[in-house]
Amino acid sequence: MSSVLYDVPGPKARRVSRIGSVIGSLLIVGLLAWIASTLAQQGIFEGRRWAIFTRADVWTLLGNGIGATLSAAAVAAVIAFPLGLLLCLLRISDVAAIRIPVRIVLEFLRGMPVVLMMFFVLLVFGTNQFIAVVAGLVLYNAAVFAEIIRAGIQSLPKGQREAGLTVGLTSFQSRMIIELPQAVRRMMPSLVAQLVVLLKDTSLGYIVAYGELLRAVQVMADFLGTQFLFPIFFVAAAIYIAINICVSRIAVWIERRGTTKAAGGVAKAEPAAVETAAK
Amino acid sequence: MKAFLSRRKSLLVAASAALALSLSACGGGGGTATSNPPVAEKPSFAADTTMAKLSSAGKITIGTKFDQPLFGQKGLDGKPVGFDVEIGKLIAAKLGIAADKIEWVETVSANREPFIQQGRVDIIVATYTINDKRKEVVGFAGPYYEAGQALMVNKDNTTITKPEDVKGKNVCSVTGSTPAATIVEKYGAVLVPAATYSACLEPLRNKQVEAITTDNVILAGFVDKEPDAFKLASDQTFTKEPYGIGLKKEDTVFRGWINDQLEAFAKDGSYKKAWEATAGSAIKTAPELPALNRY
Amino acid sequence: MDVIIENLPLYWNGFLRTLFLSTVSGVIALFVGTLLAAARVSPVAALRGFSTAYVEILRNTPLTIAFFFAAIVLPRLGVKFEQFEVAAIIALSAYTAAFIAEAVRSGVNSVPVGQAEAARSIGMNFGQVLSLIILPQALRTVIPPLINILIALVKNSSVAGAFFVLELFGYGRQLANANGDQVLAVLLGVAFFYLLITVPLGILASTVERKVAIAR
Repeated sequence: MSSVLYDVPGPKARRVSRIGSVIGSLLIVGLLAWIASTLAQQGIFEGRRWAIFTRADVWTLLGNGIGATLSAAAVAAVIAFPLGLLLCLLRISDVAAIRIPVRIVLEFLRGMPVVLMMFFVLLVFGTNQFIAVVAGLVLYNAAVFAEIIRAGIQSLPKGQREAGLTVGLTSFQSRMIIELPQAVRRMMPSLVAQLVVLLKDTSLGYIVAYGELLRAVQVMADFLGTQFLFPIFFVAAAIYIAINICVSRIAVWIERRGTTKAAGGVAKAEPAAVETAAK
Repeated sequence: MKAFLSRRKSLLVAASAALALSLSACGGGGGTATSNPPVAEKPSFAADTTMAKLSSAGKITIGTKFDQPLFGQKGLDGKPVGFDVEIGKLIAAKLGIAADKIEWVETVSANREPFIQQGRVDIIVATYTINDKRKEVVGFAGPYYEAGQALMVNKDNTTITKPEDVKGKNVCSVTGSTPAATIVEKYGAVLVPAATYSACLEPLRNKQVEAITTDNVILAGFVDKEPDAFKLASDQTFTKEPYGIGLKKEDTVFRGWINDQLEAFAKDGSYKKAWEATAGSAIKTAPELPALNRY
Repeated sequence: MDVIIENLPLYWNGFLRTLFLSTVSGVIALFVGTLLAAARVSPVAALRGFSTAYVEILRNTPLTIAFFFAAIVLPRLGVKFEQFEVAAIIALSAYTAAFIAEAVRSGVNSVPVGQAEAARSIGMNFGQVLSLIILPQALRTVIPPLINILIALVKNSSVAGAFFVLELFGYGRQLANANGDQVLAVLLGVAFFYLLITVPLGILASTVERKVAIAR
């Protein structure tokens, strides 16, 4: 492990660091143990409270919830990404009459809470809950995707566009053939991070009574009684974290496969090395 | 190495998620018993009435709550159960529609009027209080039950017996609900809003709020589940909440017909039976059908 | 539109509460997030590990779950508070800090290697390199994403409405319920007050972005 930020630690520094690490780890383990024991004293870990997870209908409901969460997220992502690309192209259009209204719309969409948009679609257009959730997610995330891709295009060296125009491409062709592909690749980490945000935001659907995972969990806790609240929520949190980490990992994997040139950075498994080395 | 391990871990997680999904696919429904009232055979209605339309379509969409214990609560099998649900089934049966042909739509407090206006639901039976402001927008049959607002406190609490006692104290209720507005505007409580009434239980237990307020029947459900922890502050209610069946404002024929059916349910005992099968488990005295509000 | 004017005091109360929650949580999150980012690039393995774990877990948890832990699990652990705003602030700042840590870290990585090398070659230690050389430069590129995170924070504070704190969105739901016939106007009112905070922040972000771009 080496970094440009500090010297390679000598034997003394290494010893200090190791002792610090051990003490720090002990503190954290101690804290977790204290939390666990406090909760255990209140009977949170009693077997009967967790026995509900042996029931098939509990898993059916959780499964339905996971299904509803994933399908809303998938549909929203599939619509939001192309829409975001389109909005981005309009946002950087050479024509002010297109650029400015689109910019206002984007600012508006980015500034509204997602849950408010879901509520809005649900109440004002009287759609079903699924459409309200997807619409809320699409409107917001398309705006965010547009901004991310725009930032990507602007971070490209000017020469890319200039070269494109010089060889006779039109402005639009240059955007599509030269700039967009590079921008999307460059912004992949941000795009994926936003995808995780989108997935998590499906949980706001419970406020408009869409039967996603969190709603399923809430309904279950209400139905079974409050003594099962903790086990059910622990399991729900674990499921969410697992799904989201999966998405992040898959993205990292795709990214690695896509960019072979980054191979030199693998030794230091952080993008830091790749990025700084590239500059 | 680190990357390899974590990738394996995520694969494991993915596998277990897939397992959960496939498990859920073969799992059967839950065991909550629900009644199926006898369905009227080929009832006849005057042409062009809502009854005729629903009856010939053979299906009805009913809005109800999915998170209201005893009245409308979604069971583990995904179907709602409760007194509201039973009333809905009884009405559907009179239209010749069997219980399994009813489409249940979850309504939350804020979307009941829009859902009726936009025709998303045919009727709403969802602890829906009749009041003049709502009557300007939707029609109400009933009331089929009269609840009233009450306070629930910890078992050992002796200081709160009437609504005047909560002035300046923390009281938990659902965000945006009518009881929440009442306790603040009339009695000067400090509102602690929650997503659902059940979410209020933990703060009450931890003594972060002094009381929970909503309709007495809902509170009775909580007290019934945990009689050692909670009690009603008093048996008296301090508002009247007549629950009505919401439908399109201009549909007076349908409204009159539902009112007739409610009277019939009271007479033939199916009203009482519906109560005993649901809310009766927590509230022993079965109610009489309140005087109908025909307008 | 009458409904907005009639209920302006309610909207205003909700607006102030939202502003309060966002400001306090934002300041705490900026502080904690920067510390986490520093820990993430520090020479001590335990700090790096802790920071990585914290960021990974919090970034992948829905905010609602974070709220659940702050408002319901913490009191069970004996951490009791008179005001539920405390729980909301804990949840919001713990959640937002993870995002800020990531933003600051990527800002640190965007500073050219030569800067750190030069600083070290004149004898600075890790703390000095980071606080005197890297962070001030990183901050410039990091400000636009940071402002975007703060915008998200303002909007995220709406979740507090479901966890015992009455803020703008909570008042909005209350009004929507009481005025079933004017839902559109009620919600537009809520949207207006959110935009009152988020749009100026968005404009600030793009202005700073432009300034930084010119300076480069």
